[in-house]
Amino acid sequence: MESRTSVVVVGGGATGTGVARDLAMRGVDVTLVEQGNLTHGTTGRMHGLLHSGGRYAVSDPASATECIEENRILRDIASHCVEMTGGQFVQLDRDPDDYFEDKLDGLEDCGIPAEVLSGEDARAEEPYLTRDVKRAIRVPDGAVDPFRLCVANAASAQEHGARIETHAEVTDVIVESGAVVGVEVRHESGAGKHTHNTASSTETIHADHVVNATGAWAGQLGDMADLDIAVRPSKGVMVIMNVRQVDTVINRCRPKGDADIIVPHETTAILGTTDVEVDDPEDYPEEGWEVDLMIDELSELVPILADARTIRSFWGVRPLYEPPGTGTTDPTDITRDYFLLDHSHRDERPGMTTIVGGKFTTYRMMAEEISDHVCGKLGVTATCHTADVPLPGSDDFSVLRDYMDEFGLRSPIGRRSVQRLGSRADDVLKGAGPNPVLCECEGVTRAEVRDAIDQSGTDLNAVRIRTRASMGNCQGGFCCHRLANELHPQHDEATTRSALDELFQERWKGERHALWGEQLSQAALNYQLHATTMNRDRDPAEREQSIDFAQFDAGDTT
Amino acid sequence: MMHDDIVVVGGGLAGTTAAIAAAREGASVRILTHKESTLRSASGLIDVLGYLPDTESATRGPLQNPYGHLDALPDDHPYSIVGEAKIRDAFELFDTLTGDQYLGGHTDANALLPTFGGSMKPTARYPASTAPGLLSRPVDTLLVGFDRLVDFDAPAAADHLEHADVPFDVRGVTVEFPGGFRADAKLTRYVNALDRNEDVDPPNQAAEAIPAREALATAVEPHLENEGRVGFPAMLGDDHAAAVRSDLETLLGVDVFEVPMGPPSIPGLRLQDTLDSALRDNGVRVESGNPVVGYETDARGVLDAVLVDRNGNHRPYHADQFILATGGLVGKGLETNRETAREPVFDCHVDNPPARYEWFSMEAFGDHEFARFGVHPDDHLRPVDETLEPEFDNLRAAGAVLGGYDFAAEKSGSGVSLATGYAAGTAAARDL
Repeated sequence: MESRTSVVVVGGGATGTGVARDLAMRGVDVTLVEQGNLTHGTTGRMHGLLHSGGRYAVSDPASATECIEENRILRDIASHCVEMTGGQFVQLDRDPDDYFEDKLDGLEDCGIPAEVLSGEDARAEEPYLTRDVKRAIRVPDGAVDPFRLCVANAASAQEHGARIETHAEVTDVIVESGAVVGVEVRHESGAGKHTHNTASSTETIHADHVVNATGAWAGQLGDMADLDIAVRPSKGVMVIMNVRQVDTVINRCRPKGDADIIVPHETTAILGTTDVEVDDPEDYPEEGWEVDLMIDELSELVPILADARTIRSFWGVRPLYEPPGTGTTDPTDITRDYFLLDHSHRDERPGMTTIVGGKFTTYRMMAEEISDHVCGKLGVTATCHTADVPLPGSDDFSVLRDYMDEFGLRSPIGRRSVQRLGSRADDVLKGAGPNPVLCECEGVTRAEVRDAIDQSGTDLNAVRIRTRASMGNCQGGFCCHRLANELHPQHDEATTRSALDELFQERWKGERHALWGEQLSQAALNYQLHATTMNRDRDPAEREQSIDFAQFDAGDTT
Repeated sequence: MMHDDIVVVGGGLAGTTAAIAAAREGASVRILTHKESTLRSASGLIDVLGYLPDTESATRGPLQNPYGHLDALPDDHPYSIVGEAKIRDAFELFDTLTGDQYLGGHTDANALLPTFGGSMKPTARYPASTAPGLLSRPVDTLLVGFDRLVDFDAPAAADHLEHADVPFDVRGVTVEFPGGFRADAKLTRYVNALDRNEDVDPPNQAAEAIPAREALATAVEPHLENEGRVGFPAMLGDDHAAAVRSDLETLLGVDVFEVPMGPPSIPGLRLQDTLDSALRDNGVRVESGNPVVGYETDARGVLDAVLVDRNGNHRPYHADQFILATGGLVGKGLETNRETAREPVFDCHVDNPPARYEWFSMEAFGDHEFARFGVHPDDHLRPVDETLEPEFDNLRAAGAVLGGYDFAAEKSGSGVSLATGYAAGTAAARDL
């Protein structure tokens, strides 16, 4: 299969989908390819913090200023993805005073609104903070759902004519006469929506320009075009708690360190993080000590965390980059700034541009810069509108409606559906037929799941990131099979079963870092439900030879 | 002072069996139970052994006769400790207690029954309401699911059974349950409508409301072709379950059966009702709602009482013999933290690998150490300490609090609870 487009964007994270949207809105013909789901890489593995810039106000004022600008924009264009929780930088009695003062000065210099709270006031806002709080600074940190944001960017790009291909791995970058002219892609299950048990296919995509937005994978894509892009991937752990022990983002106010942030995210709180350089962004150790460190260190800030329930942990890989020759040894010292690598100047290899480094919060600004750059190459004069035009789901959406009567749903579930769907709620929820809840932990209904399947095919992890189904306390024990059933009969039973097994295994993978106490009890219950009651672990349908049914009890016929 | 011959801590299948077995030996018995019965979460099927515990057993298929494979179990497996005779005695007691509510006692062979996930599982005793659905009966089958009851997708389950080459044709349909219940109505709403045969709006828009059983049959009947049996998710009534099913059979003119479901398990709750009656009939006293939090010993170190927490006050319950049947990780008979697993009432020794990342496999259905966590008993079912000496001479353990077996993989949970409960109860009574 062959196709032709103006720009191929490689990478379906925040940056890649942001670039695709930006270019498509300028009228450029775009194809985005992503090796896994949208958010497969670093975007789907972050703590969900919408930076105020406060974290960088001392160490990296330029980044801090960008953060607060983008923070304001995202609140506007992505309102259904953002929860403005507010944040605190908390100083404990033993933390240095001078750093606290430096932080205040930095916040002022960067134009980040800040307010000093007494220890008492800080605890009045966040009652579970330790009594050792000396004082705190209030900043406009928030929580952002990276999945929803990415999906909305991709949807907007599609509305403007872009082609989005997930489960489409780039196997080669085509170089002709020294210039990049396209990519070879392997579609795991053919082009279009992902469907299990469908044969793979390959496609040659010819393009005027290729954007490498693969983050921590940028070096691997660079290798295919004989380009040396020395990304320094650095892993960090995030530990998810079963409830929100805090309702504002809590940062420890001291110089850089591990385990210094708690982000309230949907029904959970996320503890983070570590910063350890790794060789391979796909294959690195996920270690128990990192989980323990989060709990032990952050319970100094919020003591009830010591005995609270952890539901899973996950790791992300930062796509850190520094120009050749900088030579920073400690990954925590590598700049968080982003770099646009124009390979035509840098390597005399026209046709490709790479973007590395940077932060989720500033994805839109990065996308704008690279889109400007690419448009310059293409001779496109249209300008960027992504800061002004709301994302799908965030347009014309001011009041959360009470959907209890309209959709026959209990009020909290209707409210949560509407929060997730934003201005798409009417379209999605007003489908035909009854709309029971499939995921009780997160209050996700059948209509939302079917809407996600319509978007993404049989990949239930793609359904998960769109809806939050299976992301709650039971980690899918009670809903994975319900989600899979929604694939049938549109997809056959074997496909349904493969999709179920894949989601169940994915849920297990993250949950295993939380297996003690309540969550081990939950995992044992899930295991019993799926193995004892359903016999999914020794399912006779998976056997090559069929059972001799006549040998088993056929009832008492005497 | 509160005193009984025997105190059983835990009111699940193991504790109940232990109490009844002991009472039938003439002992005065009291059960102390804290939370709702785990039978609510169990399918209601009573297994002996469906698979051997090794991971290759999946490829060999379900065991045709569990008793023929007991020798292959490890020495520290609870079945190896109690022996085949006790297992058979326990099942005989179960058959006596449940009467015609359960079938399967006519043969040692396992039965194969459909599960709500569309797979099938081997079991030893099954509710009479599930019996017409036995997969070894070569009778064409229609499975019926309801669009608002999301755990059972009948067309998917039917296709799944076809993939396992069942010896009959099977189809599934999804219908609307008559009555127009809310999308989020609880399962019990449906159960009660059938149990009480409430008048509901019929599916064919007729003016008059009709009884729920008739309305359900009317909804299903157009989908029935030449099938000889119809399977529903296990929700066909509660106190009047037999009447619900027989009415549906009369109305539809074919056999009707239930497919066991996950929580809330209606067959599990029906079994709980039956066992509660058996406890009363056998004079066992049951106190529920408060946790057992500790124990007292006499001057010689013999277990003398357990302490029940009532709003902060610790009330002793004295006895001569004690049985620990508090369940496993799910029932909270075992607790874990980041370092270790423990048994919280008597602090009996629990073996676990020192590093918690060795507690489980990377595969969701891999060989999980945690599934085998529990106390380790001697030949008399007394939990032992690290030196293999009994923790107490007069404390026995039964059911999922025991370690050394993965009942989810083996499909042996209810059988081990029955066998060890029976063995512990009778032995405790005989030691009085």
